[in-house]
Amino acid sequence: MKTKKNIWEGNFIYIIFSIIIGFLVGAILLVIAGVDPMATYSALLDGVFSDKKYITYDLVYAAPYILTGLSVAFAFKTGVFNIGAEGQFVVGSLAAVLVGLFLDLPPVIHGIVAILAAAIAGGIWGAIVGLLKVKRGINEVLSYIMFNWIAFYLSNFVVTKPGIKDDSVEATRMVKDSARILLPENLRIATRCSSANWGIVIAIVAALLLWFVISKTTMGYQFRAVGLSKTASEYGGISSSRVFLTSMALSGVLAGIGGSVLTLGINGRISQFAGQESFGFDGITVALIAGSNPIGCIFSGIFYGAMKYGGNKLTLVGAPKEVVNIIMGTIIFFIAIALLFKRLIKSAQEKKEAKKTVVVTEKED
Amino acid sequence: MRDTSNVDENTVTIQMKDIVKKFGNFVANDHINLTVHKGEVHAILGENGAGKSTLMNVLYGIYQPTSGSIAIDGKEVVINGPEQAIDLGIGMVHQHFMLIQPFTVTENIILGAEPRKGLVVDKESARKKIVELSDRYGLMVDPDAKIEDISVGMQQRVEILKVLYRGAKHLILDEPTSSLTPQEISELMQIIKNLTADGKSIILITHKLKEITECADYCTIIRQGKYIDTVKVDEVDENKLAAMMVGRNVQFKVEKKDNKPGKVVLDVKDLHAKDYRGVDILNGLNLQVREGEILGIAGVDGNGQSELVEILTGLMKAESGSITVDGNDIFNKTPREAMDAGVSCIPEDRQKHGLVMDFTVDENMILQNFARPEFSKHGILKKDSIHKFTSELIEKFDIRPRGCNNRLARQLSGGNQQKVIIAREVTNDKDLLIAMNPTRGLDVGAIEFVHKYLVEQRNKGRAVLLVSFELDEIMSLSDRINVIFEGQITGEVNGKDADEKELGYMMAGGKTDEN
Amino acid sequence: MDLIIKNSGLIINGLLISMPPLLLAALGSVFSEKSGVVNIGIEGMMTIGAFIGATVAYVTGNGWIGFLAGGLAGMVLGLMHAFACVTCGADQTIAGTAINFIGPGVALFLCKAWNDNSSDTPALDTAAKLPKLFDGKFKAGSFAYNVFGTYSAVYLSIAFVVVIWFVFYKTRFGMRLRAAGEHPEACETLGVNVTRVRYACVLLSGFMAGLGGAFVTLATVSQFRPTVIVGQGFIAIAAVIFGKFTPQGAFLGCLLFGLCNGVKVVLSASGSGVSPNLLSMIPYVVTILVLIFFVGSARVPAANGKPYIKSK
Repeated sequence: MKTKKNIWEGNFIYIIFSIIIGFLVGAILLVIAGVDPMATYSALLDGVFSDKKYITYDLVYAAPYILTGLSVAFAFKTGVFNIGAEGQFVVGSLAAVLVGLFLDLPPVIHGIVAILAAAIAGGIWGAIVGLLKVKRGINEVLSYIMFNWIAFYLSNFVVTKPGIKDDSVEATRMVKDSARILLPENLRIATRCSSANWGIVIAIVAALLLWFVISKTTMGYQFRAVGLSKTASEYGGISSSRVFLTSMALSGVLAGIGGSVLTLGINGRISQFAGQESFGFDGITVALIAGSNPIGCIFSGIFYGAMKYGGNKLTLVGAPKEVVNIIMGTIIFFIAIALLFKRLIKSAQEKKEAKKTVVVTEKED
Repeated sequence: MRDTSNVDENTVTIQMKDIVKKFGNFVANDHINLTVHKGEVHAILGENGAGKSTLMNVLYGIYQPTSGSIAIDGKEVVINGPEQAIDLGIGMVHQHFMLIQPFTVTENIILGAEPRKGLVVDKESARKKIVELSDRYGLMVDPDAKIEDISVGMQQRVEILKVLYRGAKHLILDEPTSSLTPQEISELMQIIKNLTADGKSIILITHKLKEITECADYCTIIRQGKYIDTVKVDEVDENKLAAMMVGRNVQFKVEKKDNKPGKVVLDVKDLHAKDYRGVDILNGLNLQVREGEILGIAGVDGNGQSELVEILTGLMKAESGSITVDGNDIFNKTPREAMDAGVSCIPEDRQKHGLVMDFTVDENMILQNFARPEFSKHGILKKDSIHKFTSELIEKFDIRPRGCNNRLARQLSGGNQQKVIIAREVTNDKDLLIAMNPTRGLDVGAIEFVHKYLVEQRNKGRAVLLVSFELDEIMSLSDRINVIFEGQITGEVNGKDADEKELGYMMAGGKTDEN
Repeated sequence: MDLIIKNSGLIINGLLISMPPLLLAALGSVFSEKSGVVNIGIEGMMTIGAFIGATVAYVTGNGWIGFLAGGLAGMVLGLMHAFACVTCGADQTIAGTAINFIGPGVALFLCKAWNDNSSDTPALDTAAKLPKLFDGKFKAGSFAYNVFGTYSAVYLSIAFVVVIWFVFYKTRFGMRLRAAGEHPEACETLGVNVTRVRYACVLLSGFMAGLGGAFVTLATVSQFRPTVIVGQGFIAIAAVIFGKFTPQGAFLGCLLFGLCNGVKVVLSASGSGVSPNLLSMIPYVVTILVLIFFVGSARVPAANGKPYIKSK
């Protein structure tokens, strides 16, 4: 009998396998481009692991990805494809920056209020799409895409407002120090990472909390029930509208917090966007690699953050950093077609067993 | 009752010899033989899961046999796919219709064999051919109607036309009468007669004995994948057939003591509703169910039964009327409110409504009751007490395999899935139990189990509303029978002296004079 | 009066320039979605089309060859998507997400490899771009110039709407692909090869998306840059959902979008002082409003997103 644990372990092997294939494909491309893949990968590894500074940066960059990954994973549990995490992330950053710029609060409290503002903004952004889905039957993928762009231009609009815009760069002024969520200075110096912040802690706590809610509570039970069968859930008296609304708002909250971690923790401001920054879209990847498991999101988020951060250093060895995207794409592609391998393995096993039975029956005869 | 037979004993059209089909270790067909003659109606009898459909899928080229041979019209063939089966003159009418809802009748019939004029599909000539075929065999279909707008009986005729259009000489009908009225069934029998008179041979897959004695010439029985026998239908009776099908003697009558119904539990008055397309589907329906009685609703699919049940359980909104359960108003309330007022339900579609198929049995058992203090506290699930509760029910309702608490509902057999639902609904302890087609797709053993439990609930003093398309089921279980036609209750009969012919007449819209 | 004519000319011009990439990609997407395969990889397919289109046009000096090459490049990614979704029965969202990584990843990787580590391709001269219709026949800035004098590929994309509508509703292939998206088992029992139909549709969707991407680099922008496509593939998908999964509906969706864009262009040029960022929101806000008040929910093809694996 298959238990849930077995299935997950099975997937874990496929994920590792996919990651290996991803790097192999990347290596082939590098050879074609005339770059030594070993040198590239060792540069990547060095850039990711060789120094506690790098490791700290990996974690710093992982935090927003974990949070958007959780946002997408959570929505997946109720059967909603949150392609709108991008927009929720952007309005979250925006709200955090505005609170960080214009409120006067003591340190710590200021940061917390800014994060809460981001959570609310992201939540509202998600809830609007939820309302459109529940009340008007409008396909959420469509409205998510529209709200991503509305958030994008809203952010650019606010960023360029006099009084918010910095005089010298195409970005907002820096938020007040009291609103930053940086680690204490001695820790930042010790890790030689100037933007070391509480983001990763927030992300891990959020992941644990989410795991608890999904698997242990009646709320999570209802979410999973609706995600697996909307019709049976309604028959059982669970209101799918309410579940959709809550889950879409909550996943907006998570993406919004992700936005605040980026601005309050790493950047301290928002720049004017030329194109979508894609933290939200990358959340889809993080969630997919994690198989929508909240705990898994911690690891896939760190992996993703490290790849992005390490990828930036590839230019030093003359390798285009896009190879990272190709590797990620290949990994996801192989996770997607894992089913094929599972089928092949299963049919091979069946053939083997069938042969065994034949042998046994022959003996009995 | 058969008048004449069109069998031409000298011409064998289909010969399947020693067919074996394995799926992994599972042997679905174990050395099965089948011989069909020209103009013959050959029934294949077996329970659900006996291997009838597998055998027919082998004949139709969907599956390849592991071993064995097939000869069509005297020539040995290997059938690699439906396309080839069609070329050989084999046509299959599937039990679950293979129709594309938003397409028209004509489009559905020509799909895969579209006549063309240049680049364009030539629907006009196709339409002519369809009308001609329809007239020849008395099928009377409208070639321009959309499938989603026509009745189930009509849809089946479209399926028959689909195979005739492709020039089929050998027709496989898979459980063709499962959702037809007695009238529609007798029309189908006439159509079958027209077809055999034209020299076509028919394989009829069924588990209904009456159909076999009414229209088949020969019957091949299979049980658990094994060939049992082929008999001449004239020479056997229903009891003999049933014993061969099940492997033991079957009790057809449900044991039922007399019972005195008590006060009214469910009271529905002047209920009006529209279906999802906005067409009137319930037109002033009235009914009452009392404590300690089974009220059977007899009727043909599509006369408002599904909508009635959905409204009673809160899944669908009605236009007007009143519904009370134990005096509590549940008109247009949510499913949760209906439940709290005393409604429990064994839904029509257990995979869609009854169970979350990818939830474990544990999780499915608390679908309505997860918020009860036994199962959760402060919003946190009590997994241990849920597990214990489920284990008790698994034991009590003989759900197999034992200890399936952590198994997904999907991994259980249909009969055991239904037991999970029944266990859950019965222990809910509500005053009203609604059951819609509770035995659809179950084998004989599971059917007996379901019937026993419905009667037990009635004996305990619950009000049971049984909605079923199986007239036999309605007649053997109900204390009272209401006939539903076009969204109204058009007649009431006492369960004891119900007459099938009379009910059939009423189900088709005929009025009895006695009322 | 003149002003109205001039401005409506400008609006139509803005519409005609911004619509084709979306329209081509959306028409392709309708093929895929209607046959039962969700394709969120349109974005990646457009990006590779944009890059290959610009590169081939630069090398050959011929815009049309570049255009076609862009389509074929998109088709290669379509083949990957089809292999994953049709042959392997993969989760179509996951496969599409992979395509969205691989398309831009490969495009930029090759771009840097071929262009001395630059993420832009060299600018194309007018001769290597897609030609304009009636070039030089109308006075620049006149209504006729704005409406009839733009790139021929614009009119081609509109002609595609008619052709594809015809394919969908009049031909055998169209009937079969719509059936495959509704009830693949039914198709299979009638000898219609669902695998083949879906492969064809996904390949077509890749081809059309590639053309859409190539239009951007060969007409609007005249070179490939990392940001030329960003987001347009998703808007094409939105247009398809907006248009309830029909070619004519997707056309209406793109038309609405393009029109809003035209209005935006004219308003920003008018010097009204309204922030260009607010004006840029118009297409998205209008789309949502139209959905709320006029369109409502769409019926998704019944088998959309569901892998169909034949049992043996």
